[in-house]
Amino acid sequence: MTDTVARLSTAPDPVEPLRRSAGPIVVVRRWWRLLTSMRTALVLLFLLAVAAVPGSLLPQRSLNQSRVSAYYAEHPDLAPILDRLSMFDVFSSPWFAAIYLLLFVSLIGCVVPRTRMHFRAVRQPPPPVPSRLERLPQSATFERDLSPAAVADAATAALRRGRWRVVRRRVGTGGTRVDDDGTVELSAEKGYLREVGNLAFHGALVALLAGLAVGKLNGYEGSILVEEGSGFCNSFQQYDTYRNGPFAGAGDLTPLCADLDRFSTEYEDNLIPARFLAELTYTREIGGPASTYPLEVNSPLRTDGVRLYLTGHGYSPRFTITYPDGSELTDISAPFLPEEQTTLASTGALKLPDRPGAGAEDPQLAIEGFFVPTAANLGDNRLVSVDPRPLNPAVAIVVYQGSIGLDSGAPQNVFRLDQRQIDRGVLERVAAGNLLAGQSLELPDGTEIRFEGYKQWAALQLSHDPGQLTVLIASVVMLLGLLCSLVVRRRRLWLRCRPADPAAGGAATSRTVVNVGGLSRADSGSFDAEFAALVKKLVADSSGRN
Amino acid sequence: MAVNDSLAALSDSAFTASIVTYSVGVVGFAGEYAFGRRGRVARTSSEQTTVVDGGSNRTDTATVTTSGPGQRLGVVGLACTVLGAGLQIVSLVLRGVATDRVPWGNMFEFASGVVLVTVLSFLWLVWQAPRLRHVGVFVLIPGVFVLVYAGLKLYADAAPLVAALRSYWLVIHVAAAIIATGVFMLSFVVTVLYLVRQRYERGVIEAGSMPRPVAALGPRLPAAAVLDRLSYRTVAFAFPIWTFAVIAGAIWAESAWGRFWGWDPKETWALIAWLVYAGYLHARATAGWKGVKAARINLLGFFAMTFNFLIVNMVVSGLHSYSGLT
Ligand code: HEM
Repeated sequence: MTDTVARLSTAPDPVEPLRRSAGPIVVVRRWWRLLTSMRTALVLLFLLAVAAVPGSLLPQRSLNQSRVSAYYAEHPDLAPILDRLSMFDVFSSPWFAAIYLLLFVSLIGCVVPRTRMHFRAVRQPPPPVPSRLERLPQSATFERDLSPAAVADAATAALRRGRWRVVRRRVGTGGTRVDDDGTVELSAEKGYLREVGNLAFHGALVALLAGLAVGKLNGYEGSILVEEGSGFCNSFQQYDTYRNGPFAGAGDLTPLCADLDRFSTEYEDNLIPARFLAELTYTREIGGPASTYPLEVNSPLRTDGVRLYLTGHGYSPRFTITYPDGSELTDISAPFLPEEQTTLASTGALKLPDRPGAGAEDPQLAIEGFFVPTAANLGDNRLVSVDPRPLNPAVAIVVYQGSIGLDSGAPQNVFRLDQRQIDRGVLERVAAGNLLAGQSLELPDGTEIRFEGYKQWAALQLSHDPGQLTVLIASVVMLLGLLCSLVVRRRRLWLRCRPADPAAGGAATSRTVVNVGGLSRADSGSFDAEFAALVKKLVADSSGRN
Repeated sequence: MAVNDSLAALSDSAFTASIVTYSVGVVGFAGEYAFGRRGRVARTSSEQTTVVDGGSNRTDTATVTTSGPGQRLGVVGLACTVLGAGLQIVSLVLRGVATDRVPWGNMFEFASGVVLVTVLSFLWLVWQAPRLRHVGVFVLIPGVFVLVYAGLKLYADAAPLVAALRSYWLVIHVAAAIIATGVFMLSFVVTVLYLVRQRYERGVIEAGSMPRPVAALGPRLPAAAVLDRLSYRTVAFAFPIWTFAVIAGAIWAESAWGRFWGWDPKETWALIAWLVYAGYLHARATAGWKGVKAARINLLGFFAMTFNFLIVNMVVSGLHSYSGLT
């Protein structure tokens, strides 16, 4: 069986080991072939799989910075070593990128030549009939009372009907043997789509990797907490946190402003959340026409290549401060972070702005608090939340007076007071108490702090990923290619129609011996059955004319 | 919406009944395996060897029909398998009706669905090739094991879904994941059998010594070549479905979490399993990797699937709020 006969795919040949004395060009070419070989593909696939494992088991900065800090605290010796190996940023580490790039290059290096090869194979006729058909994995022999040419005609028609590609060769006129005894040979092939599918799959994988890279380099993402009644615009300064690719500059941001009009939740009887709804009003240019959008989990706002998501929610307690001189600060609120997702008991801090008309010497006020949407009365002085719905909101607050330290320049956590200011004694605890809505707490200096109730806030995330559509299309092509490559079988069939009595000469014979041989990839299922059915059909067809 | 408690209870009873029925099936199949006329199964094996190796020149294709205790036990096993699958379907449908949602919303339901798919794909195989029936014992034993584990450790009361899971992508993505996992599980079983039989065949040829279990199980297993091909074809079936499940998950993540891919542990392990199975398909076409080495990759793939289901859901925390466990 010759190589061209058996070759049913464009898989690269195994690479032989390198000889010592090879010249530089040979060496480069060998390395290139090694990089694009099946074996390397196998190794790279495993390498990628193995490399992803630590990224899934160790905390990752991109997913949760605070877990990384916790890991540092728990393993003070190990963590720095792991960090130096990029173990907390696995998916953006140089070594992960290296595997990714190698795979990319290897894929291109394998897809391009294989595509050329397959293109050639499609245009070439199926290979000539091998000399010993009975050696093929599938073979059969039958006889018919027809001339070889007539048998070949019938078989050609039958195979073409079955969408086989058929080539007919008359022995002696460029066929495999020189003695013209009237023998006619047919070569047929089917299932080219398998290779097309396989190449589409690998090619689309290249496109997918490219799309991922484009998205990472040019995309950005920002998140922000927005209270009911306020809003934000798409700019890096406004976000609480943001991440941008190296090619995504502040000037490239799509203009978009959104206000949160109202936030609401619905719960099932057992208090699991059934629906979150953030009612938005947004404009796509400053001063432009405003539209509204009901933003929900699983249904982002998509506009102008950016997407706005609802990623979380919580409560902001609301206060009114009345100073002894009668001046007031109204509608003071700050988002509190849920400590418990089931009851939404939340903690946070308010760093109050200066009293209207206050001098530089006047002390500042700060409040640390614990908010519960539905307070249960336990009798003692503790606040406990029993329901995520705001049925009976209450806060426990501790009030501080002094210097908050905002002007020191050091960044502060908005959800907590700066403990160093307290330790240094410049921020002093002056009062504490539990308040239901409408109740107030009086400070020693006569200032009154009134708990007015709550607002809700929504965590919003705005994302832009220019590679996303490429990735989607590429993955659909991958899937279709994969299906073709796994479902379609490439197979070949050969017929040799030989006069039973060669001495009588080609045209005159009326009895023909037909040898049939078939070849398919052993893996691909039941070619035996198909071959048997084909032979049966060929027998039936060529006898039907009789 | 309220959960219909009586239907939910009925669903649980059907679940328990399916475990009992499958267990009876195990006994039936095991009986066939042990008491079946040695001749029959052995002949079946050798017959299949010639079919595979010899291609069209079959010599020994006479079907041997036997009756006897082994045969009858096998039929009992098969009947229990069908009945057990029916009970599982009833159990899942009742859960769906009781909660007014698709019955694949937590780990318990997922595990039950996976076993159902494994059993149904095995039944389909037996439909195609009835000689494989006696292998049923190796399909039902892990099936019963998984169901018992699910009932004891993963059980979650019939309940509606949290808001984040209310999406038709749940229906598509998780259904595809269940089908792929179920067929991968069958592939895993077949691959283990392949490795045993392969050891046995090599042992027979080399006339060397064999470990006890291999020597005991080997003679009655189908030929290694048959099992090898079967494990390929099950992966070839499940792999595109798994690919689709991952893509559907990415599309859902894009609309739920703001990015189609974020290296969440669950996503990462889905990719790892995908890469390993892609490696398996490659290995089957790579010189020097066919056979036993490729089979080991197949086992590794199912290990990744299991790890993703058990460890990642329950130990590693991520965004997937799916387990239904508290
Ligand atoms: C890097 C170089 C690569 C080469 C040279 C290569 C080559 C091949 C070849 C020749 C086949 C067909 C095997 C057959 O005839 O059955 C194949 C199949 C396949 N490849 Fe690759 N491949 C490469 C990379 C990849 C990568 C990175 C992936 C996926 C992550 C992949 C996934 C697959 C899959 C799933 C199949 C199965 C299709 C089938 O069995 O027909 N390949 N590859």
